[in-house]
Amino acid sequence: MTMAKIIGGVATTHVPAIGKAIADGKENDPYWQPFFKGFDYVHDWLARTKPDVAVIFYNDHGLNFFLDKLPTFAVGAADEYRSEDEGWGIPVSRAAAGDPALSWHLINALVADEFDVTMCQNMLIDHAVTIPMALMWPTAAAAKASPAKPWPVKIVPVEINTVQHPLPSLKRCLKLGRSIGRAIDCYPQNLRVVVVATGGLSHQLDGARAGFINKEFDALCLDKIVAEPEALARYSIHDWVKESGSQGVEFLNWMAMRGALTGRVSELARNYHIPISNTAAATVVYDNQTDEARKAA
Amino acid sequence: MRQDIPGTTIFDAEQAQKGFALNRMCFSFNSAENRAAFLKDEDAYCRKFGLNDEQRAVVKSRNVLKMIEAGGNVYYLAKLAGIFGLNVQDIGAQQTGMSVEAFKAKLQSAGA
Repeated sequence: MTMAKIIGGVATTHVPAIGKAIADGKENDPYWQPFFKGFDYVHDWLARTKPDVAVIFYNDHGLNFFLDKLPTFAVGAADEYRSEDEGWGIPVSRAAAGDPALSWHLINALVADEFDVTMCQNMLIDHAVTIPMALMWPTAAAAKASPAKPWPVKIVPVEINTVQHPLPSLKRCLKLGRSIGRAIDCYPQNLRVVVVATGGLSHQLDGARAGFINKEFDALCLDKIVAEPEALARYSIHDWVKESGSQGVEFLNWMAMRGALTGRVSELARNYHIPISNTAAATVVYDNQTDEARKAA
Repeated sequence: MRQDIPGTTIFDAEQAQKGFALNRMCFSFNSAENRAAFLKDEDAYCRKFGLNDEQRAVVKSRNVLKMIEAGGNVYYLAKLAGIFGLNVQDIGAQQTGMSVEAFKAKLQSAGA
């Protein structure tokens, strides 16, 4: 039987200002060009690898979840995911189709693996999902009024709490990703799956340390995540905030994405640029070479 | 949670409890109708969400550092700032006591 295949991973910053830059057509402005040019490779890679589904690790910023009921890990299991106004005047993205059968397969596998996730049959996706999708598939994003030209992928959003401490540890997020990766590997459907992480890298929006960016630490993260994610998993959240900033903890999404890459992982592309808004922006593409692919080659 | 990182308030249990009403009000600003209601009668809107005197005063002051001290979290406070057309660079400048231009220059220099 043909099983689903994890073709690789894409990770990118999700700063809201990117949505505004796209809406204003500023992709080639001197400020924005160094960031957007990092997507040329991503577009080529997606055109070549043609994923059917994107499993997207992200953090909600107060659109779907509030502090009254805040899950540590939440998995979407909807037919469709809509976005809504987040309050800053960025145009609302088109909706994305879900893959509920894959969502429930992942949920079943996660709970069996002792990750007791929150299950969401109704879930709004915020800029942390919609901006990376618009960056990865700009043609579909721009055709939002045209139902005949939908996103080329269905999505499964996996939301990780990065707002209310205690946050899950880096180690726990790596394991969550591994559990999802194993579940995808044994999903009996002929699907090509890309795993996506959004957010980061170093940045801090709040406090007298607002504007904090740590180029050296980001370089360490981008180097270690490929072959030695365990080295990053040893950091406490407290030390991560110190090194990467209050919102640098969005790297939890990257750890989960890396965990889901179950094969031999290599970096295909890396773009790093300071600053986009208050953030050190990074875009990467990882190849996930499985045993079958190696044999076939 | 240890609060020993300079210039940084970790949004822990204590902060979350202290700031619940303030953050809940800011969460409501996802809706354009609620943003308009706040602008129309700020004090009444704050009272409706149960903000205490200190929280009402810090909202009125538009001072982000004081809002954080009162338990505000920046994900939600950003929605309040949005009502006044302020983005994260504007509030970054305010919190660091810099002009917006100087704050942007500081960010640029982090990449050098």
